[in-house]
Amino acid sequence: MPGKVKLHYCDGRGRMEAIRWLLAAAGVEFEEIFLETAEDLDKLRNDGRLMFQQVPMVEIDGMELVQTRAILNYIASKHNLGKDLKERALIDMYVEGMMDLNEIIIMLLTYPPEEQVNQLALLKEKTTNRYFPAFEKVLKSHGQDYLVGNRLSRADVHLVELIYNVEEFDPGLTANFPLLKALKTRISNLPTVKKFLQPGSQRKPHEDMKTMDKARKIFRF
Amino acid sequence: MAAKPKLYYFDGRGRMESIRWLLAAAGVEFEEEFFETREQYEKLQKDGRLLFGQVPLVEIDGMALTQTRAILSYLAAKYNLYGKDLKERVRIDMYTDGTLDLMTMIMGGVFKPLAEKEETLASVVKSAKTRYFPVFEKILKDHGEDFLVGNKFSWADIQLLEAILMVEELDASVLSDFPLLKAFKTRISNIPTIKKFLQPGSQRKPPPDSHYVALVRKILQF
Repeated sequence: MPGKVKLHYCDGRGRMEAIRWLLAAAGVEFEEIFLETAEDLDKLRNDGRLMFQQVPMVEIDGMELVQTRAILNYIASKHNLGKDLKERALIDMYVEGMMDLNEIIIMLLTYPPEEQVNQLALLKEKTTNRYFPAFEKVLKSHGQDYLVGNRLSRADVHLVELIYNVEEFDPGLTANFPLLKALKTRISNLPTVKKFLQPGSQRKPHEDMKTMDKARKIFRF
Repeated sequence: MAAKPKLYYFDGRGRMESIRWLLAAAGVEFEEEFFETREQYEKLQKDGRLLFGQVPLVEIDGMALTQTRAILSYLAAKYNLYGKDLKERVRIDMYTDGTLDLMTMIMGGVFKPLAEKEETLASVVKSAKTRYFPVFEKILKDHGEDFLVGNKFSWADIQLLEAILMVEELDASVLSDFPLLKAFKTRISNIPTIKKFLQPGSQRKPPPDSHYVALVRKILQF
């Protein structure tokens, strides 16, 4: 078996966290190489290892993959987290919506404080009025334990990550979504996910200004 | 045989255009329903067919699919434009994610106030010349084949052509330093289904103008 999966990113959630969740849920061990300085990023770029000069980058199966979605799709397909073409269409559709909502969280601290207040309000509004109702409805419509195909897929993993993320801003956001709460509990109890949720795992903490300041230095923005 | 796929969107490019390109390249006939008024859009939302209340919407194979990338992935796989195995597929995903990023910058740019819009579009041209096009020129150079992945026509080729033409509309000289991309552009444009799509009278939409911007603002209310 070739070398371990290696993740190249900063020591924070950002766009890499969804990849960490998925690998962890699939029971795949991975190493992390953290960017500490702008020079670290420059080196990766100059060595020609970043196709579009951007991270995340994941070394896996002899490839250096970039583009978050491409990476997530590869890992999910490889580890059987989505069956046939129609199921995959549903999974993709759900996950794209989740990524749109998660994007607000990823970008939150890049805004000036006054704008952060607006973005936070937007996050809560979209969670409550658009995204959580959609997923609650999916679960209600088939009454099954998982979002798609009556089996665990990456859609479940990403949704539970998202639920944890939004609850960090306001624990009350899941109050009116009993099926989402039940999904969260169920997925959290899967052995691989349970392990990832424990202290000492490779899960990264809630983003703060310290991580943001470091990211600004590395990515020069 | 099932009904034709049906596309619900505005009469313009936006996020639906890549889907039109893919269907056309695959030789698949499709129908379109265009929003002219806010009421039409709201009706679609109330009918519950828009999972997250948004378009593009494509009705195909008994499903109401939304989310551009989900739709594109489904179509690519269905019409055999997604490579022969998982490793080819991830390369196609990487390349199309990159070109879609580039095209999305243009899509967003047209809605900005004039000075900002010009700045954004100039930055897109720069990005194309310094970040995206060099990558694809190198890929073609390294393997010397006619198509980006697996020596076979795929979704990656279609989307790269779409991106090239879109950036050329902003700056006609953008390919001047990329001889292989120039040859690629000619070659892919001559594929019969694509050639047909590039002709007047096809379902390809023109570049966004102020009328399009006003229409979208009115219907999406922003």
